[in-house]
Amino acid sequence: MTSTMTQETVPLLQVRDLRIAFRTDKKNTFEALKGISFDVPDNSTVALVGESGSGKSVSSLAVMGLLPEQTTIIHPGASIRFAGRELLGLPLRERRALCGKDIAMIFQEPMSSLNPVFTAGYQISEVLRLHMGMDQRAARARTLELLDEVGIPDPQRKIDAYPSQLSGGQQQRVMIAMAIACQPRLLIADEPTTALDVTIQQQIMDLIARLQRERRMAVLFITHDLGLVGEIADRVIVMRHGQVREEGAAAQVFGAPTDAYTRALLHCRPSLNARPLRLPVIDDYLSGRAAPGQALAQRVRGTTPGDEPVLVVKNLAKSFWLREGLFGKREFKAVKDVSFTLGRGKTLGVVGESGSGKTTVGLTLLRLHRATGGTALFEGRDLLAMSDREYQAYKRRIQIIFQNPYASLNPRFTVGQILEEPMRIHSIGANEMERSTLARGLLGRVGLPDAAYGRYPHEFSGGQRQRIAIARCLTMQPEILVCDESVSALDVSVQAQVLNLLQDLQDEFGMSYIFISHDLSVVKYISDQVMVMHHGSVVEMADSDELYRNPQHPYTRSLLAAIPRSVL
Amino acid sequence: MTTLHQHSAGLWTLAWRRLRADRVAMAALALVAGFLLLVLLSSTGLVASDWEDEVGVNYAPPSFVGADATARALARAQLPRETPPNAFDPLADELSELKAQVRESHPPVEKRTTLLFGADKWGHDIVKKTIKGGETSIVVGLVAALLAVMLGTLFGAVSGFFGGWVDDLFNWFYSIFTAIPSILMILTVAAVLQQKGVATIVLILGLTGWTGPYRLMRAEYIKHGAREYVMAANAIGASSWSRMFGHILPNVSHVALVQMSILVVGFIKAEVILSFLGFGVPVGTVSWGSMLNEAQNELILGKWWQLAAAAGAMALLVTSFSLFADALRDALDPKIK
Repeated sequence: MTSTMTQETVPLLQVRDLRIAFRTDKKNTFEALKGISFDVPDNSTVALVGESGSGKSVSSLAVMGLLPEQTTIIHPGASIRFAGRELLGLPLRERRALCGKDIAMIFQEPMSSLNPVFTAGYQISEVLRLHMGMDQRAARARTLELLDEVGIPDPQRKIDAYPSQLSGGQQQRVMIAMAIACQPRLLIADEPTTALDVTIQQQIMDLIARLQRERRMAVLFITHDLGLVGEIADRVIVMRHGQVREEGAAAQVFGAPTDAYTRALLHCRPSLNARPLRLPVIDDYLSGRAAPGQALAQRVRGTTPGDEPVLVVKNLAKSFWLREGLFGKREFKAVKDVSFTLGRGKTLGVVGESGSGKTTVGLTLLRLHRATGGTALFEGRDLLAMSDREYQAYKRRIQIIFQNPYASLNPRFTVGQILEEPMRIHSIGANEMERSTLARGLLGRVGLPDAAYGRYPHEFSGGQRQRIAIARCLTMQPEILVCDESVSALDVSVQAQVLNLLQDLQDEFGMSYIFISHDLSVVKYISDQVMVMHHGSVVEMADSDELYRNPQHPYTRSLLAAIPRSVL
Repeated sequence: MTTLHQHSAGLWTLAWRRLRADRVAMAALALVAGFLLLVLLSSTGLVASDWEDEVGVNYAPPSFVGADATARALARAQLPRETPPNAFDPLADELSELKAQVRESHPPVEKRTTLLFGADKWGHDIVKKTIKGGETSIVVGLVAALLAVMLGTLFGAVSGFFGGWVDDLFNWFYSIFTAIPSILMILTVAAVLQQKGVATIVLILGLTGWTGPYRLMRAEYIKHGAREYVMAANAIGASSWSRMFGHILPNVSHVALVQMSILVVGFIKAEVILSFLGFGVPVGTVSWGSMLNEAQNELILGKWWQLAAAAGAMALLVTSFSLFADALRDALDPKIK
């Protein structure tokens, strides 16, 4: 009797007082987890939510035993029990047998998790042969069933496809098929949809939810996006800085969060049905300045016929030529016939999935790509037709902020050098002294301390680096700023701060933005007008409120339908 | 106000800090520095300027081996012998006077039967000869490697950054260069230059050695040219020149540095081959290459010390240089914070 009792009450995965530190060099250690405890019961989905540096991925890697042995220090009091069996201290061989079979994991990047030189089918059947002892024929038959189960169309053909021949969503489905091949009791999904487009993300979420129900397995779902897990999680654990901030049933965490940080996470993200003058940030909640349900002053967005146009783009086209055969070339039309008018002080949002050509539009307008056709009139002059020498003078008036703040700043330059370089090129400021003063002023304007001036980019966090990139553009006081996925790589809380900064700067300097993003709620928040792109063409363009209220094109509707419901 | 001048440690300072933590690298650095110091001292004439003095007997063995019978016999045989006076010589008096004068100014020294690391065919001190030879070899290796890496970096930067027909042009040039066997290439350049001397060797090696660095730097420039920080530099209006050498070069300099270290090692060895083929240093100049060249004949006679000294010094320098360059590469890599 007692044995059945414990069978029922002991959760499948039990983590107690998990304390993990990493050796950063000989003397110093960094504490990634500060003693966390949580349970994953059988046949349920538990979501582990947190921003970067919260320790959510470290927790999952610790369960899988994938942390680097040399640098990891696991506190002796910690315990990870799987089905009543202690995992920490288990011999490597037993641990490995358990991890492939009873605990499976899917990772964020399906492209780098699959081996590009083996077919998808081979990689799945390898798992079956290793862990289930199947022979070639049985493994292939089972692989076909699995591919069908995870919703790969035409499994008979796709089983022999190489990863590069599959789309991102299909690759992630293959990863999931590999993970569930051995009937695991626990599936760990580490940001499985972050690298995917919104519509694909929705499909993968549905797939994971369906598999969980059908196979009655436990799922530990790790994500930075609280909104995403609302539909599938039974329990939600919110983590920050290596500690659990809140744990509870999903309905309770979303409906009545007790922790200020959870509340902040829920409200920092721009929502589709409100547009406050300023987005609330984490600090507002932690200091108690902002309260849920508090009515915030709203901003009115939209275009009027009287807006002064600053940039008029007509029939913009960009083709890339792909080599084919020995001498052949094939035209790939990345952007086809894009026309729009950008008003002074207004924001044009450009949304679309990967491959829609939205980034190419931005780069082509800045002449970082050479346009194949079309015009872009700025003060009556065609930016795309002028010579490089003529365009040099216009460079300071149209600027760009890239997606990845880690890649867009030269790691060998100090922040001071980064800010002063454009001023030197365009002869802004009379001398070095004046330029240095201007640079320091701008650092203050974007909310960075004066001490940042002499430091290198790697010493800053992602959000701070994006502020440096914004400050670099501000040195030239551009009239048009292209933001190419500028907040997409940032944590939700940091994203709100950067969006607020961009908004403040627009109010102050009257800049016009072309805001490119795949995130529909962010675009809705910041844009007056929204342009939806699909396969290089504009499928719909309207004022932002109008577009979201009354989408005309089926593609726009499918994009809107893919937004996680709990965000709305 | 104090914050105004607060700067983070520069990347070189950080690299130095990382390097200092690496004991092997520091030992290697000490050895390389020692060699460079010797080069400096010998080129200013402070050490080994008298290497051409015939201080020992022919093939005097190293002192730790001890003098053998042949060496002792040679030493005795080489002492100036007193010729018996000739009564019929009308100039006998003058001659003996002259001899006495010579003896006074140059008192006859008995040639040493052993030397610290032995002597060569003419009785030159091997230690001093190795130091003097090292001067030539190291200078040739360093300067030629610098020339080759500079050429390779320049060509690679232009080719990789601009792409298109510029890239094609350089690639064709590169292909032609590498299609010719390297020894033939070296002999061709040597034949064109028509002069023997250290500068000629430097030119030969530099003009034929740029291909390796070129290929690597070209790849790095293609990779970095598409990076966002370079695009951002383009967007703010930085010129192509500034993007190539102001922005990209500091980020790929570690590749050039490693190439340089590999080439230094290779060129020191190449100088040996050139000297062997007769295209090396002119007569009267000593290098490790010419020493090894001489050593072949000596080895048959069982006189191994010249070979051991030159080869040992070369191996020591080459190994420590490689170890140091490896550690430097790691310390300078911008990917590692």
